[in-house]
Amino acid sequence: MSTTLPIDQMIDTQRGTISREIFVSPEFHAAELEKLFTRAWLFVGHESQIPKPGDFFVSRMGQESVILCRDSRGAVHVFLNSCRHRGMKICRYEQGNTSLFVCPYHSWSYTTDGKLQGVPLYRSLYEGVLNREDWSLIEVPRLACYKGTVWASWDAEAPDFLTYLGGAVDHLDQVLDCRDGRPGGSEVIGVHKWILPTNWKFAAENFLGDTYHNPSHRSVDMIGIGPSGEKGQRRDNEYNKGQHVWVGFPQGHGMHSVWMPEQQEYQPGYAQYPEVDEYFRHCFEERKRRQGDKARLMPFTGNLFPNTSYHGRQPRGLCVWHPHSPTETEAWRFFLVDADAPAAVKDVLRRFYMRYSGPAGMTEQDDMENWLYATQSSMGTIARRYPFNYQASMGAYKTNDPIPGDVSLQITDQTPRNYYRVYSRYLKGDGWDSLLGRDLQPIQRAAE
Amino acid sequence: MTAVERLLLKQEIEEFLYSEADLLDQRKFRDWLDLLAEDLVYFMPIRRNVKFGQHDEKENTRQGEGISWFDEDKWTLTKRVEQVLTGVHYAEEPLSRVTHMVSNVRLLDVTPEQVTVGCRFLVYQNRVEYENYTFIGRRTDILRRNGDSWLIARRELILEQNVLLAKNLSIFF
Ligand code: FES
Ligand SMILES: [Fe+2]
Repeated sequence: MSTTLPIDQMIDTQRGTISREIFVSPEFHAAELEKLFTRAWLFVGHESQIPKPGDFFVSRMGQESVILCRDSRGAVHVFLNSCRHRGMKICRYEQGNTSLFVCPYHSWSYTTDGKLQGVPLYRSLYEGVLNREDWSLIEVPRLACYKGTVWASWDAEAPDFLTYLGGAVDHLDQVLDCRDGRPGGSEVIGVHKWILPTNWKFAAENFLGDTYHNPSHRSVDMIGIGPSGEKGQRRDNEYNKGQHVWVGFPQGHGMHSVWMPEQQEYQPGYAQYPEVDEYFRHCFEERKRRQGDKARLMPFTGNLFPNTSYHGRQPRGLCVWHPHSPTETEAWRFFLVDADAPAAVKDVLRRFYMRYSGPAGMTEQDDMENWLYATQSSMGTIARRYPFNYQASMGAYKTNDPIPGDVSLQITDQTPRNYYRVYSRYLKGDGWDSLLGRDLQPIQRAAE
Repeated sequence: MTAVERLLLKQEIEEFLYSEADLLDQRKFRDWLDLLAEDLVYFMPIRRNVKFGQHDEKENTRQGEGISWFDEDKWTLTKRVEQVLTGVHYAEEPLSRVTHMVSNVRLLDVTPEQVTVGCRFLVYQNRVEYENYTFIGRRTDILRRNGDSWLIARRELILEQNVLLAKNLSIFF
């Protein structure tokens, strides 16, 4: 079915036009579930959510429920949340600790490493026929833990996670590393889950570095909801001395980050909370000392292909856009802090996160409004005849200058053009060399 | 307190809650802010699906810890009002049509200075053309005497949803 979709007509990254069909049509939605969400590495959760043996957290991959679980020996697994017998959802709690997952329907039970253990009336009904080994929970063939985050892919042939990330890892590190530059060390302090009537890609591409939509957040800038409480901005301006960069990678990842000057200095913030400002000043100096030149890279927002978005600092967290249908998305946001940050710092951060992000967040509410009505008003027969425009900053980028990746120094649609180029390769069922962009030399990429 | 005094107090509290709801429905947001104590706590936890027996401990996120739908103070609510009044807060521009229903009012605790009131809320939001949201739940308020009226010192909203079935919580509860 999906092979007959006119993908190249719909997605013309050279002209910078993309058909509205990919945002509203059931065919594209079905093709995404079949060809993209079954292969790409997807974010599942965070190890801080399952610290002890037997801990589990129920998550999602694409449209399906999965269980992230630490088995009795401490190994991490991701299972499809569906009984092998007749499909019952075996776990309907959001998180907890257990030694067995017992299916509510006919009481088959599974150990935390996914093995089928209990089969009621086994002797009289199944002896000699049912081999328990063959009926374990369905487990993802590929799993990766990276600095606390857990990722999985349904494709046994998928490249390892770091290969899949490519150069985007430097940017993800800025989200996951401690504010003082130690590697990793974050924890999840809460998860938002909500339904938005929009195509999931509107949200994903917004985080690819759509800085162009800043005017839609004028209201929060006007009133000032940042940690300094100053009017005129919705967060502290840590980056006014830096070079803003919009970066794309051949694997489809894209982000808006900042390349700070060599002799960067701490920009005071958190004016309402001097002790928090002091803490972040200390972190800033430590990070510079530990990471040297690498500390010049600062994160804004990004999207790791296909549907894991992040905010890097103010606020800080990962957001996953799970498709329900072409026009409905379930969003899960995982809020992050440094696990060993002082309690007073965590408190200021969580309060800021809540007023900034998600359905109750003063900033993101306006995004949700835009995505809803952009989806709805693209559904009509006439509307679908007219593609979206992705022509901003055509060709205006350099490769590996001043940092790795295709780097634009101005607001650009290059990151979404790149994203949809990779997206179309998934929908065509390309092999991994193509999905990773290995065929593209920098110069060819520049021309594309 | 005699039974009659209690009845009159309940009547007074109910009238306060109804007129408070009316201010919001009439979009008199600044007047509504005047009913909030300076040390207000405004809290709506996220509800989780937990095993039987763990509800007290784990069902709701907690005030003062981690992430909830709302865990904020008067400063933040004032910002929310200011934001709506900018006229460019697109999630509430044009303004939604909202009705707050308050029922099942009970006086849970009465002291000379303050009253703890339990009630149920049903908030209906209709937005632009076709957007409809219904928020239903339990509410516990602490009302503090303020001359011949009251100030809301604490509002806890237990929304009966797990995954939020609305794109936004852009209205006041
Ligand atoms: S469906 Fe799970 S035991 Fe039958
Ligand atoms: Fe936004």
